[in-house]
Amino acid sequence: MNNNKVIEAQKLSKMFGNFTAVNAITFEVEKGEIFGFLGANGAGKTTAMKMLIGISKPTSGKAKVAGFDVFTHAEDIKKNIGYMSQKFALYDDLTVKENITFFGGIYGLSRVRIKEKSKELIDDLGLQEVASQLVGSLPLGWKQKISFSVALLHEPKIVFLDEPTGGVDPITRRQFWEMIYKAADKGTTIFVTTHYMDEAEYCDRVSIMVNGKIEALDTPKKLKEQFKAESMNDVFLKLARNPSPSISKGNGAKTAVN
Amino acid sequence: MKRFIGFIKKEFYHIFRDRRSLFILFGMPIAQILLFGFAITNEINNVDIAILDHSKDATTEEIINKISASKYFTIKQMVTRETEIASVFQKGQVKAVLNFEKDFSKNLIKEHKATVQIITDATDPNTANTISNYVNAILKQYQKQLNKDINILYQIIPETRMVYNPELKGVYMFVPGVMTIILMLVSAMMTSISITREKELGTMEILLVSPLKPFQVIIGKVFPYIFLSIINAVIIVLLSIFIFNMPVQGSLLLLGLESVLFIISSLALGILISTISASQQTAMMISLMGLMLPVILLSGFIFPISSMPYLLQVISNIIPAKWFIIILKGIMLKGVGLQFIWKETLILLGMTVFFIALSVKKYKIRLE
Amino acid sequence: MGITITNISKSFEQVNALNNISFDVKKGELFGLIGPDGAGKTTLFRILTTLLIANEGSATVSGFDVLTDYKSIRKSVGYMPGRFSLYQDLTVEENLRFFATIFGTTIEENYDLIKDIYVQIEPFKNRRAGKLSGGMKQKLALSCALIHKPDVLFLDEPTTGVDAVSRKEFWEMLKRLQLKGITMLVSTPYMDEAALCDRIALIQDGHILEIDTPEAIVNRYPKTIFNVRAHNMYQLIDSLKSYEHQYSVYPFGEFVHYSDQRNDFNKEELRQYLRSKNLSEIHIEKTQPTIEDTFMELAK
Repeated sequence: MNNNKVIEAQKLSKMFGNFTAVNAITFEVEKGEIFGFLGANGAGKTTAMKMLIGISKPTSGKAKVAGFDVFTHAEDIKKNIGYMSQKFALYDDLTVKENITFFGGIYGLSRVRIKEKSKELIDDLGLQEVASQLVGSLPLGWKQKISFSVALLHEPKIVFLDEPTGGVDPITRRQFWEMIYKAADKGTTIFVTTHYMDEAEYCDRVSIMVNGKIEALDTPKKLKEQFKAESMNDVFLKLARNPSPSISKGNGAKTAVN
Repeated sequence: MKRFIGFIKKEFYHIFRDRRSLFILFGMPIAQILLFGFAITNEINNVDIAILDHSKDATTEEIINKISASKYFTIKQMVTRETEIASVFQKGQVKAVLNFEKDFSKNLIKEHKATVQIITDATDPNTANTISNYVNAILKQYQKQLNKDINILYQIIPETRMVYNPELKGVYMFVPGVMTIILMLVSAMMTSISITREKELGTMEILLVSPLKPFQVIIGKVFPYIFLSIINAVIIVLLSIFIFNMPVQGSLLLLGLESVLFIISSLALGILISTISASQQTAMMISLMGLMLPVILLSGFIFPISSMPYLLQVISNIIPAKWFIIILKGIMLKGVGLQFIWKETLILLGMTVFFIALSVKKYKIRLE
Repeated sequence: MGITITNISKSFEQVNALNNISFDVKKGELFGLIGPDGAGKTTLFRILTTLLIANEGSATVSGFDVLTDYKSIRKSVGYMPGRFSLYQDLTVEENLRFFATIFGTTIEENYDLIKDIYVQIEPFKNRRAGKLSGGMKQKLALSCALIHKPDVLFLDEPTTGVDAVSRKEFWEMLKRLQLKGITMLVSTPYMDEAALCDRIALIQDGHILEIDTPEAIVNRYPKTIFNVRAHNMYQLIDSLKSYEHQYSVYPFGEFVHYSDQRNDFNKEELRQYLRSKNLSEIHIEKTQPTIEDTFMELAK
């Protein structure tokens, strides 16, 4: 077992009846990497991610996340990863402090530790003034930053980010990515999906899913060379054509993202 | 007009494609009626009783036989001493004890009166009452039989007859009540949920920014439920006729019309609820708590209004269900025509018009 | 006779959603309202489509006043609110037919208007809308908003949460629609889409930062921007931020957009500095500012 690999997936697949949402994907993610997981809507991204974070059982194939098998140790996976999504962020009707305390408790942190981490988080983000304000009253950008920090409270090996910067203003978006860089620098692996193609460039490596398969996986630089493209946006456009009307492949199927 | 029909078509699609609403619309009413009808009965059958017979003579034997022969009672055991009565109740073995005094026959003949004590377990007061009534009935019957041969003048013997429901059949009381509740709940709750669902999903915005007039939206939302509630009402009546043997004594047409009136009032209430709810859950909660509970408690369905404190009696007057139950009982059990229930009908009509006017007024043509 | 907005202000409880907003959209224009979440875009849309009443100010759509003539507006505009508000349990075709019917028309009557869009989802016409992917729902929602041939089309964040390919296709569709003379007001948080509009208004926290054509706005950017790249992005950003002459440092994909406080900025000086910070593969080159640069500058 190689300790350097935080995610190992081999021929991982998920089928819903006759429809193959994820088709035998194989890839690895190393410790401290910022890994971009891209794909068009309906390509199977969300389904794949759900399998990796242990909330959906794969139909076939193998995968290990943070050293735990997704089939047999899904619960351990959940304990050892951080997860942040646009939809499931923080409780709007609790204050910043209360949210931190709550999630700290869920992750099994001791009271002392929660207090420490709480102070650290509030200081780092400069939230002293608003620590006792309801999260719902804060601008979206702040919520996302707090959410990210909360996902890291228990210092997980890897954190999964599901479109973390959707709709956020450009300045905050960059501040958010600086937080990501910092975390990666400290050794946390980042697994992120995004629709902002410029963010794809910030990643160490990027994978692009099309119709359930991984059609490209490399550093942004090499991908641009491979596809003779000027930007990741162009790579994406060349590769991830919108689900075409071939009904037999089950395109245009429902994705949980939307 | 075409717009309107297009809208109604869509509403029907929604209803039939949502399994949950179909279940509530059809499954629940049927289930409720059957449950209520069969399970909750006020009548008694095979109630266990014990006898303490101090006399053990021919008369007491005859009376005991009559009681034992009736389907209402089962004589579980004979008790020999007064002290045993308490324990037999405590152990919950019987619901009543008949205590015949010593020298029963002798006293009856010599002094023209004998005493039998009916002791009932009143932890369930309704049943206790019924038991004592039934026993009394049997005794009176027997007494009549005795007195046939003896000439006693000017005896006023009270005769109780339970009119319209001689056997005090529970079903007769419950079917009108349950029918009212189901119609109201289904109409009000389903309508309010349907409207708030549009708000929740955001499609209400699009409906507003369109040529559809507000009243078209309201009527369009409500129309399928009128239709389906009528079907429900028909099913309930059929069930009560064929499964519970409770025939409708009065005019079916009148029953139908009054039901439609009540359905419309409930639908209007549903619309009102939707104007104050932002989410489907809220609408459902308000329908259940704000409508069902008061209706069950204050409409005369289970608890007689006349035995309530005055204040509650007054409050019960504003509940449309109360008037509808009176109307239903009138038509179904008493077989009366409009001339006897015109007052209640008028009140219900007034309420309906009021609710409709109020909901039209409160219907928001904007988002705020 | 497009859209006129004059001194519109709107607040909710304690929040000022819109502050004295004024601008016009010319007939046949493709106008972009660019700003992040919470900027006030949806509130403005709702006021223009007569769903909310402003606290102050006035507005007209196609010549009709939003307050007094709201019925006329509701009959003649197309509206695609956020979240692709379609009926999830109706099929694609049923949705389209429904919207056609309530606007008093039929699918056939204005089919040529939506043909380009609809052919892409027509193979799925019997599929429930809830079972479509984001890109498809978007196309269906657009078709439904167009089916009655509106004069003005309001599209509130139609591309949010949708992948880059679908976004591109969507804007291509809008461009083609523009040729048919429809006035369109589109809101989006994606700054790169701004370049596709005729004119744009940058909005943040209820205030308009700037209104003009994308080119004009970009040309007004006060500083020169340089694309800077090195072997490690994180270290590069860090180093640049601690450079004493830096004016702005923003990552932009594979480059960092850097602008200097001084007007006579010397590339080589910077290169030396970065080398001293142990960075290699350094690349510094002048570049054109983008709308996003301008936005961040104005929003500071």
